[in-house]
Amino acid sequence: MRITSATTFESRAANAPVAIAGMGVISAIGRNVAECLASFEKGEAGMGAITYLDTVHRGQLPVAEVKADNETLARWAGVQKPVSRTALLSLIAAREALECAAIPDRARWRTGFISANTVGGMDRTENFYASFLDDPRHGGLRDVVLHECGSVTEWVANRLGITHFHSTISTACSSSANAIGFGARMIRHGLLDIVVAGGTDALTRFTLNGFNSLMILDSHFCKPFDNDRMGLNLGEGAGYVVLVSDAVAATLSRSAGCALSGFANANDAYHQTASSPDGRGSWLAMKGALQRAGLEPADIGYINLHGTGTQNNDLAEGTAIRRLFDPVYPAMSSTKSFTGHTLGASGGIEAVFSVLSVLNGLVYPNIRFHTPMTELPFTPNVEFRKGQPLRHVLSNSFGFGGNCSSLIFSRK
Amino acid sequence: MSMNIYIRSAACIAPRTSIEPDYKALLDPKVLRRMSRIIRMGVAAARSCLVEAGLPMPDAIVTGTGYGCLEDTGVFLKNMITRKEEALQPATFIQSTHNTVGAQIALILQCTGYNNTFVHRGFSFENAVLDAILLLREGEAATVLAGGLDELTDASFAILSRFGLYRHAQEGEGAAFFLLANQPGPGDYAKLEGMTTFYKPEIPQEIVREIVDFLQAQAVDPASIDLVIGEEILPGIPTQPYKTQCGEYPTSTAYALWLASRLIKTGVHNRILVYNHYLGIHHAAFLLGEAS
Repeated sequence: MRITSATTFESRAANAPVAIAGMGVISAIGRNVAECLASFEKGEAGMGAITYLDTVHRGQLPVAEVKADNETLARWAGVQKPVSRTALLSLIAAREALECAAIPDRARWRTGFISANTVGGMDRTENFYASFLDDPRHGGLRDVVLHECGSVTEWVANRLGITHFHSTISTACSSSANAIGFGARMIRHGLLDIVVAGGTDALTRFTLNGFNSLMILDSHFCKPFDNDRMGLNLGEGAGYVVLVSDAVAATLSRSAGCALSGFANANDAYHQTASSPDGRGSWLAMKGALQRAGLEPADIGYINLHGTGTQNNDLAEGTAIRRLFDPVYPAMSSTKSFTGHTLGASGGIEAVFSVLSVLNGLVYPNIRFHTPMTELPFTPNVEFRKGQPLRHVLSNSFGFGGNCSSLIFSRK
Repeated sequence: MSMNIYIRSAACIAPRTSIEPDYKALLDPKVLRRMSRIIRMGVAAARSCLVEAGLPMPDAIVTGTGYGCLEDTGVFLKNMITRKEEALQPATFIQSTHNTVGAQIALILQCTGYNNTFVHRGFSFENAVLDAILLLREGEAATVLAGGLDELTDASFAILSRFGLYRHAQEGEGAAFFLLANQPGPGDYAKLEGMTTFYKPEIPQEIVREIVDFLQAQAVDPASIDLVIGEEILPGIPTQPYKTQCGEYPTSTAYALWLASRLIKTGVHNRILVYNHYLGIHHAAFLLGEAS
């Protein structure tokens, strides 16, 4: 990746839409795009009792696990031996995305892999650490070889045959929305032709116990945007979109029906973990994304909410939405009511759902919604709807550290 | 759109070289007590950088860290294992996320602008600078606070030693921040003329070719470079290694860039190439020239 004073950049390209040629996803509701869509249609959520994660909280806290052990995931990923679950999930979804894009003669283009995650190979490190604490000479190094977030990305990129550009972003729960935004900007600047962008995260004891210590996990299935919401359920998975330049888009046999038209990143600058009561950062991110897409709030047909199900997030996000959209609200739902909160993967997974929404006119249900929040004048959509006349879909991802990002996907 | 990037100010903390401030003079003692080593290094370097630039608030904050917040991660992990997942306090978990330092800086400054954190091994800092350049060129920001930082802990030293990381290099850590701007200003340190990164070259000749191509794309005669900081790459040009000072860590190029910026500001050199590789995998070069 080279950038010099001779590298030209036309500022009118700064906000041009970037075509999406393919997508791939794995989550608790399916191992690919088709399976996830089928689960939405059937209203089948992915939460359940802990089955694969080895923790003392089994039987107490529900989570949304990908329904496969590491050996099975390794087989799906086409690798000999299981490595970190984070990397296996990433490879499965990123490969599906590239296959879906079916870009002719990909080797002639400059391709980048921009992947996000929050804890890298922690699922293996936490096993290593017990032996290591007993004696620093103990614990197998193969358990920590993918510990760093960047090593997970690199391991996957090597298997996808992508060498031109690699990057890993980690901004907590907004990580993969930022990866997609960064990828689109790299294309607009003419620095890359193809970017596989999104993120991955596996469930780990580290994150489960971290969120548990914050007391924001619901011991039942989560109820985003419900007045009686009690917290979030953690999930896991990976999701990627394939962003392409206009030159690459012109070579596709099936024209890309969707583009990323807006992206904005802002910081709430309020608290390390809590959102400001008025959702300052969320408001700035949504407003910025609309501005860059050249759209008005009324143009948005559906919002894929961050909607974690915590008291704090849903109130802050809802307040920011009211400030921006009142009095006319688009359809909204939190697909975390199906997948759980997949942290660093959520922006990628929900980007895939948003692209599918644009392509097929889908609005997903916010299941288990019962009682409207007293503070908000709107309620989320509760039914699976097809064939909606959607032109623009907004996807929100907000995280610890006040990191707030919004993406807008538009029909091409 | 101006293609030039100006380094308005630069600040560095490099504990190995004793370049370390009195944190109590820079940070509120109450807040300081809760900060791990990487947070205090990062926040203090960022603050010094802004003070020097005379800028209370940048338009954007971008950080790069290869390892992230190791100390807080290690404490939470240890407690989780020894207490068998019961009765855990969230403080270290909250501060274990890789974006903690960027977020803390935003919180202290009340900066609601663009905020991003890159965690890609030996390209973490390079990716952060790249993002900053894109923001400046887009006009999305006129000033970006960009930094590279990593901390060393007893556990990371033990594990990375077993991987052989310190066989040929001394262990290191540090934080360096830069105020990058798309317009020149009085007192600028240097001009960032360009940067390049390349992944895992197969043969040594490929490295030289990449660097020569980079300089050619920049229309720069290698003979006009009066110093290389880092690894030897241009025959006949004096080369000054820097890891003997700050030690080895994934974002050590931030230290090298700070060193180069200072040498240009003080007029010791006119044009410097920083070249580094991390483990022979991540190769990066920055070209710096005089600001005006």
